[in-house]
Amino acid sequence: MLAPNLFLLFGSVAVVAALGMLISRNPVSSALWLILVMCSIAGLYMTLNAEFIAVIQVLGYAGAIMVLFLFVIMLLNLAELPRLGRIGWNHALGFGLGVVVLVQLVLIGVMGTGEGEAPVATAASAGTAREIARELFTRYALAFEVVGLLLLVATVGAVMLAQRKFV
Amino acid sequence: MGVPLDWYLVLSGVLFAIGVVGVLIRSNVIVILMSIELMLNAVNLTLVAISQSLGDLSGQVLVFFVMSVAAAEAAVGLAIVIAIFRNKLTVDVNKINLFRY
Repeated sequence: MLAPNLFLLFGSVAVVAALGMLISRNPVSSALWLILVMCSIAGLYMTLNAEFIAVIQVLGYAGAIMVLFLFVIMLLNLAELPRLGRIGWNHALGFGLGVVVLVQLVLIGVMGTGEGEAPVATAASAGTAREIARELFTRYALAFEVVGLLLLVATVGAVMLAQRKFV
Repeated sequence: MGVPLDWYLVLSGVLFAIGVVGVLIRSNVIVILMSIELMLNAVNLTLVAISQSLGDLSGQVLVFFVMSVAAAEAAVGLAIVIAIFRNKLTVDVNKINLFRY
């Protein structure tokens, strides 16, 4: 009974940290809460035996992308925190739309799959780096190359956009 | 021994809804980008759970691609934030109204 307990631990940490990201006023605290969300989602991947995805979740998301976010927050040097304004109708509308999305997704998750009650049958070998690399470099080799090109274009575009003389 | 598939779907639905609320009610554009990352993570969790449930590795390969695209999106989005901040000196989306008039 280890996996359900780990699921409850990581899942509750993820939800609490996501709410912390939502309600914290300082962007740096939001980013730190989001790093906690990503680390607990990596733990959830481990309960699913998806080891490779869990490792690159920590390395790529919690490492690279969030460091980029924190770096930009430090670079912009936002001194003052936003003042707490009144809760307007647009906040209420946004919250209501979020509740509608939540109800829809939970209903689909509970009723949509016929085999939802059955435990996830995780084969021990599925999700290792060897198995994923076999798929990635055979069936998805073209998509892999295209993603490499996309990252190159994104790097060039980010450097060009951040130049001082551009805008 | 295992965890039911429904639990993962409901958890990722909750995380996605929190991301939607973050995009809709926050006014800091960096926090909005972080909420988008949270929604991408929720979808990734669904993909991995269903991939392991079906015994098909294509879902996890798709998660790998989603992570790469998220990295590209974060880089370009944050560069745009820097460019806007240099002109408008703010990251508040209520004060960035370049297309308004």
